[in-house]
Amino acid sequence: MSTKESINYGEAIREAFVYLLDKYPEVFCIGQGLWSPWYVGNTMSDLDKLFGRDRIIDTPVSELACTGASVGASLFGYRPIAIHPRMDFMMLAVDQIINQAAKWSLMLGGQASPAVTIRAIINRGGEQGAQHSQALHAWFAHIPGLRVVMPATVQDARDLLISSVLCDDPVMYIDDRWLYDRTAVLPAITERPLEQETPQVISNGTDITIVGIGYSTFLCEQAAQQLAVDGVSCEIIDVRILNPFHSGVICESVKKTGKLCVVDAGWRTAGMSAEVIATVMEQVGVGVLDSSPVRVTLPDASAPSSKFLEDIYYPDANDIVDIVRKLVQQG
Amino acid sequence: MSNQKKYHSDLGRLADPNQFIEPIEIAGINSDTLMAYLRSMQLIRYAEEQIGELAKEGVAKTPCHLGIGQEAIAVGVASSLNSSDRVFGNHRSHSHFLALGGDVYSLIAEVLGKADGASHGMGGSMHLYGASVGFQGSVPLVGATIPIAVGAALAAKMGGGDEVAVAFFGDGATEEGVFHESLNLASIYELPVLFVVENNLFSSHLHIQLRQPSDSVARFADAHRIQNKTIDGNDVISVATAAEELILAARKGGGPALLEVVTFRFRGHVGPNEDIDVGVHREMKDVEAWKQRCPIKRLRIAMEDEGLLTEKQFNEQSTAVLSQVQSAVEKAKSSPYPDKNNLLDFVYSQSAHS
Repeated sequence: MSTKESINYGEAIREAFVYLLDKYPEVFCIGQGLWSPWYVGNTMSDLDKLFGRDRIIDTPVSELACTGASVGASLFGYRPIAIHPRMDFMMLAVDQIINQAAKWSLMLGGQASPAVTIRAIINRGGEQGAQHSQALHAWFAHIPGLRVVMPATVQDARDLLISSVLCDDPVMYIDDRWLYDRTAVLPAITERPLEQETPQVISNGTDITIVGIGYSTFLCEQAAQQLAVDGVSCEIIDVRILNPFHSGVICESVKKTGKLCVVDAGWRTAGMSAEVIATVMEQVGVGVLDSSPVRVTLPDASAPSSKFLEDIYYPDANDIVDIVRKLVQQG
Repeated sequence: MSNQKKYHSDLGRLADPNQFIEPIEIAGINSDTLMAYLRSMQLIRYAEEQIGELAKEGVAKTPCHLGIGQEAIAVGVASSLNSSDRVFGNHRSHSHFLALGGDVYSLIAEVLGKADGASHGMGGSMHLYGASVGFQGSVPLVGATIPIAVGAALAAKMGGGDEVAVAFFGDGATEEGVFHESLNLASIYELPVLFVVENNLFSSHLHIQLRQPSDSVARFADAHRIQNKTIDGNDVISVATAAEELILAARKGGGPALLEVVTFRFRGHVGPNEDIDVGVHREMKDVEAWKQRCPIKRLRIAMEDEGLLTEKQFNEQSTAVLSQVQSAVEKAKSSPYPDKNNLLDFVYSQSAHS
């Protein structure tokens, strides 16, 4: 389906669900809050009415068993989407994600393929505090066998969900509620194999490569607009696929710009920003960069509750602008 | 924390090794069926004894959890299953794999990490796969296959077929939260899944009376309004009869069921030894007493008493089965290891490479 009018990120996710549920009878959704607009914003509105409550299953408060049941059904021709309306609560399901879904292929000799999609929603801010705020994508990107996807754009919100569900491997699809109001006019849906997706250049530039991951890509785009006023030409790259991580596009960009800034709305230590910098440095060699790579991340602290502290805690476009200005001034 | 209270057993006679030692009741059962049960239990027994020897010799290095003494459960339950059913195991699943018809050579090759193994040499003893006979996978994370079996049952119900899912697990797994989550899901969605709890009274080294206020775990099924039975797990006919009733009901849309089968393993938690030294409340007199409740012995004597088996026939069958196992061991020893490319090739599904 193509849209002539612009839709937002949340509506784009819903379009993907409608497309998948309409075209593929083996797709079903299972998780908490699916019969209520409460939990998942506008991303799944009325899907239960359109496709029936046998395929849109609102569940008991059992993250682990529901995720395990999704893994189980995925071994028998189904393509379940296990929905976790808040990533923090998904921690109760990690045995099934990490020990089971990610490992069955290898440990059973390539004979079992859990084609399950685990949708994890990052939902933070609003004084929700430390257990309602986490962005744990780096944690999961560490796990071989688990593909990890983070859409930043409206089109990716739709198209990467479709690619994830049609992939024969376990995939964690992570969307961020802070992106739900982004809008775009989308082309018609084209199915694309997930394993062929890589980081993408969002906008071309010549002075510095700025890499974003999920929501932080949106911040990078805002920062680039401000920096353009200063005459700084930024090349923005969106990681999109965290695992398996393909660094090629970023390496090519860094060879051109000689400068690298990575922005991640996750923690710093052992985070995705570290992985991007380390991999790129290994690939391009130390001599290619004309200044040390830098990164903008959350501080290594759990999320605060009060709005006053939240404003300090979460990086914004100005933080990126500041660090990039310093880097460019260094030469 | 030490538990000083006096132990109470809800299982009563079922947990007493001095009970149920008489030959089992076989009246009305076809002699071919009885011979098949006997042979299947012998195959499991001899295969596991040989695996124990391989472990002692250091030839088998992967952790091997032997279920010697518990053979009647896998054989009894398997008698009502077919290859389109969806069976999941655990760390102690050699018996389930073999009872469903899994090839003994592929089991032993897997234990030795060889390419011909059930999981192509990538799993070892604790990660077995035999989809062609309905064995959909075993893993050692305690309780992990319980929700997976529930999902397999959900798929069966969605597809409108009459397949059932079976999860084999131990009494220790009933202490995991996911057990309760899974029973709840299976019950509210009325899924065709049979939970088989092999209650061998021990989880690793620790007796159930040191872990739970009751030694009978079927009470959890009552809490979730799931039909259940608690029976002697060392009586293959009793297991087969109970499993048949519960599986048939699940197949016809009757929803989930739980079968608690009380048994005992002759060996320790892992490896070939009896592990009296590392068990808490595991004493030699109990092990010796449980050996008198051996499921193979009780069937054999019952068949001899009824004139369905002679000592000569039994010995001939024993020799034939042992020889089959020994041939498998020799062949597995000399078969090749997996291709080194498997290390990366199996991380993602094969379709993703194309």
